[in-house]
Amino acid sequence: MRPEELLHTTPQGLYSPAGDFFIDPTRPVARALITHGHSDHARAGHGRVLATQQTLDIMAIRYGEAFAGTTQAADYGARIEVNGVGVTFHPAGHILGSAQIALEWRGCTIVASGDYKPGTDPTALPFAPVPCHVFISEATFGLPVFRHPAPAVEIGKLMDSLALFPERAHLVGAYALGKAQRVMALLRAAGHDRPILLHGAMEKLTAYYRTQGIDLGETRPARDATPAERAGAVVLCPPGALTDVWSRRFPDPVTAFASGWMRIRARARQNGVELPLILSDHADWDELQVAIRATGCEELWVTHGQEDALVHWATQEGLRARPLHMVGYGEEEGESAAPAPPAPEAPPTPEVAP
Amino acid sequence: MNRFAALLDRLAYEPRRNGKIRLIADYFRHTPDPERGWALAALTGALSFRNAKPGLIRQLIGERTDPVLFALSYDYVGDLSETVALMWPAPHGLNDTEPPPLSAIVHALTHMGRAEMPAVLASLLDRLDETGRWALLKLITGGLRIGVSARLAKTAVAALGEHAPDAIELVWPGLTPPYAELFAWAEGRGPKPETEDPAPFRPVMLSHPLEEADVAKLDPADFRAEWKWDGIRVQAARAAGPDGRHVTRLYSRTGEDISGAFPDLAEALAFDGVVDGELLILREGRVQSFNVLQQRLNRKAVTPKMLLEFPAHIRGYDLLIEAGEDVRDLPFEARRARLEALISAHPAQGRLDLSPLVPFPTWDALAAARADPAAHGAGEDAEAVEGVMLKRADSLYLPGRPKGPWWKWKRDPHSVDAVLMYAQRGHGKRSSYYSDYTFGVWTEAGELVPVGKAYFGFTDAELIEIDRFVRRHTVNRFGPVREVVHTPTEGLVLEVAFEGLARSTRHRSGLAMRFPRIARLRWDKPPAEADRLETLEAMIEAGLRRGTAA
Repeated sequence: MRPEELLHTTPQGLYSPAGDFFIDPTRPVARALITHGHSDHARAGHGRVLATQQTLDIMAIRYGEAFAGTTQAADYGARIEVNGVGVTFHPAGHILGSAQIALEWRGCTIVASGDYKPGTDPTALPFAPVPCHVFISEATFGLPVFRHPAPAVEIGKLMDSLALFPERAHLVGAYALGKAQRVMALLRAAGHDRPILLHGAMEKLTAYYRTQGIDLGETRPARDATPAERAGAVVLCPPGALTDVWSRRFPDPVTAFASGWMRIRARARQNGVELPLILSDHADWDELQVAIRATGCEELWVTHGQEDALVHWATQEGLRARPLHMVGYGEEEGESAAPAPPAPEAPPTPEVAP
Repeated sequence: MNRFAALLDRLAYEPRRNGKIRLIADYFRHTPDPERGWALAALTGALSFRNAKPGLIRQLIGERTDPVLFALSYDYVGDLSETVALMWPAPHGLNDTEPPPLSAIVHALTHMGRAEMPAVLASLLDRLDETGRWALLKLITGGLRIGVSARLAKTAVAALGEHAPDAIELVWPGLTPPYAELFAWAEGRGPKPETEDPAPFRPVMLSHPLEEADVAKLDPADFRAEWKWDGIRVQAARAAGPDGRHVTRLYSRTGEDISGAFPDLAEALAFDGVVDGELLILREGRVQSFNVLQQRLNRKAVTPKMLLEFPAHIRGYDLLIEAGEDVRDLPFEARRARLEALISAHPAQGRLDLSPLVPFPTWDALAAARADPAAHGAGEDAEAVEGVMLKRADSLYLPGRPKGPWWKWKRDPHSVDAVLMYAQRGHGKRSSYYSDYTFGVWTEAGELVPVGKAYFGFTDAELIEIDRFVRRHTVNRFGPVREVVHTPTEGLVLEVAFEGLARSTRHRSGLAMRFPRIARLRWDKPPAEADRLETLEAMIEAGLRRGTAA
């Protein structure tokens, strides 16, 4: 059989004809398997949703309890049959609740990894490579210029700046889901013990992380903070708020942005960032290679990001590799540091015939 | 090197001018000679390494990385130094050792021969971290691009003590790195440095563009007007050296010595002083268009044939020095009178003449002259008039771009409506945006033919709109270039403004545009209604007629 009989691309996203379900579809479908809670992967309005309990909880927080017709929670490592296709969720290390989805059918295993990172993260279960025939990888940072520095080094830059400018608030732009909580956890690990001020968009998700046993220290709503509390405080906000009128309540702040994109100077400057923190929840160039090799896959499909480079590398490694040219992904939280990617509805999606 | 690299890194992200000055001044204050002097040389663009060039960087990275991955990375990052700094496969452990100081790096890059350079540079790159490599490569490629002008760096030197930035500018010419005597003077520890060059560059006075709204506030009686010629602004300096022999130099407005490219002109000049003027090509007494001057500038070697076909000439605007006397603090009218006398005494075999004043009783009269220079004294040279310059009669010759004394009032540009055909990602700050646009107009056969390429003129907000349009309407990809939809009914019409049109055999359309830029996005206009090639050809014909009939 050809792997495409088990999974192939459609305009709505990855579709399994054998199991009659989609993975991370960009439009409402009858049955969806969701890798993680970021809004470019987890959308509201599907008929039936299968995801980890944490991803289901996150979707309910963001879209309301009625975000789908029915839901089913998948435990990591537990095999579930969906119309005869074996489905198993495995940790992806990307954010809380994130999963790779392994599909088994007629002796063929395909792993759709969603977004993943092999590096350490106190807020997510570590990525575990899953042996497979076809590995489906993102390539957000799939270029050899992306080698993420150690998170502790980057958080050290923020700590140094706090010491150097104790009177200035430090606005740190970070995605509301995942990155923000990781930054808090890293700050606590680095010994920062002051209350951290939060933009309103972060409060519910941060509270949810706490219920999952992740200690983030004391946080307060930024809107309630007095000028004295704002001075020298770390304030976490969605990246879009850095340039929003919201930020004007902080006089002369230091503007930081925690993202893998900060590796590229032009990206940091475009966003008016003065303190770029290279902190990513995606695999960097070296990590992509290690992760792909660890699956022992024969074939690599690349969903979104820098497909060309990763496909080139994989081909040199002797793998069959091809880009899927998928659109609508990579715009995490709708406020990526990258320029607006094409809208999901715009260009025709190259469709892989089954 | 670490401190200097850290300074460049911080400067690259510091948006505030005052913040930049403080960072640089702070670095100067806490860094000893000669390290800080080499840093100042780097910031003012005074360093150039003959044997370490961008080509060598490409060679070194080419030996160490996969060419496809390098090409994709460079296209993505948009900056050679940064791409190499990030991709460089540094051996583990080596960069734990103390990196060499900036002075040692400058020394190595200056004195190593061509044969040793690859190994020297590779070893330096191995010993530096990402930021250090980036800073080193920026030094070699010569374009720091961290938003620091030479002026800003000198302002930071001034901030070390009591001197004004202009005072630093005035002693700057003739100084050489590492500028120990300049720092000593700036910090009040030493005497004012003396320049030894008999014909040094003096900082040029520049103007602000005049907006229609400014005009009402100005009194025509206070101003003198002259044509703004479309050539190269130059400073001609000529003076006797210690041995009594005269030295002649031609400088660009940024102080670059361009005498070597214009020996015909440099040899002919006979005055003693410093003249500010426009370098033009004259044939049989008639000023040629900028396109003609461009042809001479494009040639690398100076040949007798070229000297004959493209005779260079200076049209004098102003006088800075006469026979050793500094006249910059005289009012314009007094300088102008002395310039007239100097030029009539030293016409330099007809290669130096005076840019005439344009008399005007009212602003309306000047507007009329600007709109039609041919009928207002420019005669056959009108095609080479870019607009008019306004100078206060009492203006002193001040370095830099002071607001108020001088204004430039350019002629209205031409414009056409063209259709966006291809877009390419920009470099530097625009590396993630499709910001270079190739646009075309319709032929009689109903096809679009490219007529030019523009990469500025739009606002940041418009850039984002065009970028989105490009990404959503791509029909083809060629590496960094995307072809976008351009049919009679679908596509984006751009209003393109430009300064001139000329025939060209290098373009399929047979035309070349000078200084094209995006004036407006015409979302409202269907591509079918964009301009036709005949319209542009008619513009050329009209231009030629205007030139010859006057």
